[in-house]
Amino acid sequence: MTLALYVPVASPVHRAPAGLKLALLTGLGAGLFLIERLDVVVGALVAVAVVALAAARLPLRALVAQVRPVWPWLAVLLVFHLVVTDWRTGTLAVTRLLALVLAAAVVTATTRVTALVAVVEWLVRPLGVFGVRPARVGLVIAMTLRFVPLIAERAQRIREAQAARGATGMRLGMLVPLLVQVLRLAATLGEALDARGADAPVSPRDRRAGAPAP
Amino acid sequence: MKSKDLAYVALFAAIVAVLGLVPPVPVPGIPVPITAQTLGVMLAGSVLGARRGGLALLTFLAVVAVGAPLLSGGRGGLAVFVGPSAGYLYSWPIAAFVIGLLTQLTWRRFNLAWALVANLIGGIAVIYAIGIPFTALFGDVSLTAAATGSLAFIPGDLVKAGAASVVAVAVRRAYPVIELPARRPAAAG
Repeated sequence: MTLALYVPVASPVHRAPAGLKLALLTGLGAGLFLIERLDVVVGALVAVAVVALAAARLPLRALVAQVRPVWPWLAVLLVFHLVVTDWRTGTLAVTRLLALVLAAAVVTATTRVTALVAVVEWLVRPLGVFGVRPARVGLVIAMTLRFVPLIAERAQRIREAQAARGATGMRLGMLVPLLVQVLRLAATLGEALDARGADAPVSPRDRRAGAPAP
Repeated sequence: MKSKDLAYVALFAAIVAVLGLVPPVPVPGIPVPITAQTLGVMLAGSVLGARRGGLALLTFLAVVAVGAPLLSGGRGGLAVFVGPSAGYLYSWPIAAFVIGLLTQLTWRRFNLAWALVANLIGGIAVIYAIGIPFTALFGDVSLTAAATGSLAFIPGDLVKAGAASVVAVAVRRAYPVIELPARRPAAAG
């Protein structure tokens, strides 16, 4: 799996500011959950699809790849509604989620992670009074996005190694080696970050502890 | 915070995300599926401690909010932060912090029993104490109805608390991360 979902194409949607796209996505999310009319929700889904394929010029393949993980979940939801409520409520819920997932996929595919992280850094700026440094918040978010495929890959490797030794379906036994590997990785990573100056500028307390001034 | 702590926070946020890839078990009649993700909440608290554990979950929620579909079932974006089950999401950083705090308090004599205490209080009691009122508010149901509805998750959560405790004790033996201030000689005597 990969989280590199950005699709580099020149389009007006790509050029739109990340903050604006996120605000529109939030608005759409809130709107879709307030509206109970099937025709409006289906219209929203069509509109999002038109924006994705025509305005943002995203390949259909890239969109399908992003929406694919939700399919089983949507199927379960639809079956659940068919059994418990009725087809109309089920279709409404599934269409609404599909439109929202597709819209989120468009934002993700047309916005570089750096741009999205910049929005978060802007949002946490007021927390500076509590000693939060926006640049480091952005760094941690970017690192997390990079580590998800890496950790998934390591988990897969451990699973294969344990399967090769005859263990089947031992999910719990996987966690300890995975966590120890990850904790070791954190130590190396901390050194790499320090070498790139992630710890500067030092706070007065650290400086007293002997760290060099910036 | 040191750079290494930033790395711990980011890596554990990613672990919570990877645990979300484990397929959720939907419970009929309840809009919240049983997921492996709260296992990550418990692990973050009991391996990293209060501050880093809480921040790891806060980071995870931020990454979900910027649109990464990392919540179990491939959910993500800002839509998941409103609605009946949102309270459970908000409770995660607090739960990890409480688990971490209890783990740090019992760190010197930390064993399976203390790990269970930390995970049952922080990983179940705290999450329900925040999640149930939110469900009642957003789902427009009574507190009792919301609490009854969440009973179905108790067995799964007990299993997860047990699993997290076993793993936390094993990780403490293999690679302890929580560091306590050096014991004063008087206390050591």
